[in-house]
Amino acid sequence: MAQADASMMDAGQGPARAETEKLVTSDGTPLKRALERAERQRKIAAVGLVAPLLIFLLTVFIWPIAQMMWLSVKNDQIVDALPRTLQELQTWDGQDLPGENVYAALHADMMEDLERDRRDRKTGPMGIRLNYELSAARSAVSRTSRNVDEFEAPYKDAFMDAHRLWGDPALWRVIKREGRPLTASYYVAALDREYAEDGSIVQRDENRRIYVPLFGRTLYLSVVITAMTFLLGFPIAYYMSILPMRQANLLMICVLLPFWTSLLVRTSAWIVLLQQQGVINSGLVAAGIIDDGSRLSMIYNQTGTIVAMTHILLPFMVLPLYSVMRTIPPSYMRAAKSLGATPSTAFRRVYFPQTLPGIGAGGVLVFIISIGYYITPALVGGQSGRMISNEIARHIQQSLNWGLAAALGTMLLVGVLILYWLFNRFVGSDSLKFG
Amino acid sequence: MSMPAYYTTKDKVWHYTFRVICFAIFFFLLAPILIMIPLSFNAAPFFTFTREMLTLNPEGFSMRWYEDFLGSASWRRSIQNSFLIGISATIVSTVLGTLAALGLSRSEMPAKGLIMGILISPMIVPLIISAAGMFFFFSSVNLAGTYLGVVLAHAALGTPFVVITVTATLVGFDHSLTRAAANLGASPTRTFFKITMPLILPGVISGALFAFITSFDEIVVVLFVAGPEQRTIPREMWSGIREDISPTILAVATILVLISVALLTVVELLRRRGERLRGMSPG
Amino acid sequence: MKSTLKLIGASTAASVIAMSAAADDPVSLTIVSWGGAYTESQVRAYHEPWMEMNPHVTIINDDGSANALAGLRAQSQAGNVTWDLVDMLPSDAQLACDEGIIMEIDVDEMLAPAPDGTPASEDFLPGSLDGDCFIPQIVYSTVLTIRPGAFPEDNQPSTIADLFDTENFPGRRALQDRPGTNLEWALYADGVAPEDIYDVLATPEGVDRAFAKLDTIKDDIVFWTEGAQAPQLLADGEVVMATGYNGRMFDAIEVEGMDAEIVWDGQVVEWDGWVVPADGQNIDAVMEYLYFATDTQRLADQAQFISYGPARASSAALVGEHADLGIDMAPHMPTAPENYFAPIILDNDFWVDFGDELRERFANWMLQ
Repeated sequence: MAQADASMMDAGQGPARAETEKLVTSDGTPLKRALERAERQRKIAAVGLVAPLLIFLLTVFIWPIAQMMWLSVKNDQIVDALPRTLQELQTWDGQDLPGENVYAALHADMMEDLERDRRDRKTGPMGIRLNYELSAARSAVSRTSRNVDEFEAPYKDAFMDAHRLWGDPALWRVIKREGRPLTASYYVAALDREYAEDGSIVQRDENRRIYVPLFGRTLYLSVVITAMTFLLGFPIAYYMSILPMRQANLLMICVLLPFWTSLLVRTSAWIVLLQQQGVINSGLVAAGIIDDGSRLSMIYNQTGTIVAMTHILLPFMVLPLYSVMRTIPPSYMRAAKSLGATPSTAFRRVYFPQTLPGIGAGGVLVFIISIGYYITPALVGGQSGRMISNEIARHIQQSLNWGLAAALGTMLLVGVLILYWLFNRFVGSDSLKFG
Repeated sequence: MSMPAYYTTKDKVWHYTFRVICFAIFFFLLAPILIMIPLSFNAAPFFTFTREMLTLNPEGFSMRWYEDFLGSASWRRSIQNSFLIGISATIVSTVLGTLAALGLSRSEMPAKGLIMGILISPMIVPLIISAAGMFFFFSSVNLAGTYLGVVLAHAALGTPFVVITVTATLVGFDHSLTRAAANLGASPTRTFFKITMPLILPGVISGALFAFITSFDEIVVVLFVAGPEQRTIPREMWSGIREDISPTILAVATILVLISVALLTVVELLRRRGERLRGMSPG
Repeated sequence: MKSTLKLIGASTAASVIAMSAAADDPVSLTIVSWGGAYTESQVRAYHEPWMEMNPHVTIINDDGSANALAGLRAQSQAGNVTWDLVDMLPSDAQLACDEGIIMEIDVDEMLAPAPDGTPASEDFLPGSLDGDCFIPQIVYSTVLTIRPGAFPEDNQPSTIADLFDTENFPGRRALQDRPGTNLEWALYADGVAPEDIYDVLATPEGVDRAFAKLDTIKDDIVFWTEGAQAPQLLADGEVVMATGYNGRMFDAIEVEGMDAEIVWDGQVVEWDGWVVPADGQNIDAVMEYLYFATDTQRLADQAQFISYGPARASSAALVGEHADLGIDMAPHMPTAPENYFAPIILDNDFWVDFGDELRERFANWMLQ
């Protein structure tokens, strides 16, 4: 049947083309054109079938993510609030305090803002934006804007009296630097860097570096979890692959049941087991192995995250490994052994290399999933088991620094996509199967 | 696997050690889930086995946490929500996903790699990023805190599973059957329902089940996109775990485990049926 | 296939419409608060009486206060404000106010005077009305709570300094995962007087000093995020002492019967209250509700259900017994004279200004 298929295709595009030129269909159309039309129609039909889902995903999935990424460079707060001031600042040298003309422009900008509807005011958001770059800049803005209608010339003194920061060139440098519609400053902050006085980018003070170490810890935890799932997954996948089908299927249920069980159920199971008054600690105390006062801390720390996530992600390692191992003929190992290899050599040199596609698929899958994990670290990770996702969520929901959240999110996303691309190239996404 | 007669002592030791290791790992996989079932009948508000439970004294057991669960209006509402949202999202993702898989399996489909990449992206992108993006987007189009918003979000997350499972079924699909039907005068719609549909049905159903469980189990997007009226079972569990973790959580967990067992059984039966069906067709 | 799609779309839309329509005709107010015992106290003191007096009003409780800023901003940018009233901290309220996403409040115009006719602006406790958009409701405090069973009877922790003394009081401690209150306590335990704390903390040396003090107990800290976790950690025996909100601790000790004791030394006092989202859909109904829910009697009533102090001076005399337990609530108020001997008043302005920087430093410290 596949051959018939191929020959029909050839009729349209292949070397038989010259001959078909002369043939016509029953209504007189040259066969070539009729076939081309049919081809085109089939193409349209195929595209038409895919289009609804494609449009759906582009609208509710891809576009929202693109929009979020845009937030990481969007920077209109200062441009909107201080058009005149920025104009005057263009000629400022960035060293000493700017002149009276700049302060007068600032006064004019803030006065204009007072006339706007409360909801459309620009100075409030500007103050919040400036505070990301310079602490206390927010209160410099908000305290000033409350009294700005009482200011009289010379404005420079009036502003400097209202808040000390107006007399600090650092604030003016921030205004000038961030007075542009696009910014890199969220990425600068996400890499634990900041702008020095001369505008160059330098590392932050050591005690304020948090995101790079957090990325590092996320990577470290993901590697550990991937390694753990491999260490635990390889033996059982191998064991199932050498059992007769019926028994293997039975054991498979042990792998699939956790896979199908709610994530929150599995996470709470580990809380029940690991907490200080939980099953394991109580069992150890009852058995007299530890005493009541020295119960083990196995949860709300890194151990909790690693144990719970290894359990949750283990099926993702076992399933691809098992499906690859099933296809390895046992005769290879026998051949190696009969040629004089010891069992361990045969395993290492003959069997193991053939499982690499499964290891690759499972490993990348587990790694990709764990690097963006949010729920389990949030529930059982305590402080030391938190990952980058938790920080992204915090910036969106609590600190309201959406630009920084978007920058961190974009970095995470790009990392995952690169990994996936590598995975696709070397292993192929066909090995993603379920059930 | 029986032990070959030529095994040396060392081989035998390894043979048994290996089995012990494997069963320890299977135990690690199952025990945490199974241990919650007896604990959910605990009469005392603890997460450990009480003396009464260990001695099988009936007084150590009770249904109080199940009564708690079913008696609470917010839990009942969350059950309703989970099924309403799960089923609606499943319908959307199954219909869209199946159509797309049919299109993708045709040889005429242009830019297959790119499109496939986009279609399965919801599975690859970390959930926190999907959730954040949807939070900003749904807020801006008035869909945050609505049922429709959560359904659309979950439908998006569920489609890759439908696309992948249905595509997998279509790999073994014999296209000559549809051509034969067309030759014999059947309309494309008739061909679809009479020929294609029955053959790919196992794939569609298991894809739909994956989509359902994805929605049923989803929490990150719900945390960001749903309002108080759309609280689902996982959302309620999340509050429960973070705020006052009581054995009610275990009662819920036990019920959810039973649901998973039911779903798993259906998927397994379908998979076998699918293999049998495809095994029969030539090609 | 197209028609099937349409059908699904229509039925989904229909079910959504049916659900919102059912609640629409009478007024439905979505009130966002902190969840747990706190929401419960508001339900009993404010919501239930108000709904009884106004049968057409339904109140939906959303426990999203921890993430309220994000919700307010998102709803405001979308032009679709679904929240009607939000319970939040004054520092968050100040940010929201700066952004223009919540209403400015004219206290005397919008809120009830005291029973003796004192205008609201003079009745609310001094300092509580500093923000432009914030309506104070309660005074709460963050306190140290200990598990007496974890220590010998003759050597119980009784001061904030003991929180930092792992030698005499070994065991894990639960602290909130934010710099606020922790840095204040570190300095207080290090000998800084309560009234000087923020002056010291505004200097780099002061910040270093606070972190150095925190370093001494770092290995014994468990961090908590949400209010309910602190008493939970104590009840589970995960920690021997925990910092937490006094109302939650009261609830766990007096209502749930947890074996723990509150240490009032160095309690960090803060307000909590209401803000009204600008462009809410039921502003009139909300303002009516607020006039009622913040009057002298209602604020005193809330103290029957949770041990937070009413924000009005005139309410103090009306604080009675706990509704269910029948115990006198006055001695459990943070503002009770026997508890208020060494309070640290949280400086919101300081935290709005230096919050970002200190949070980073704190996060870095937690990571180390």
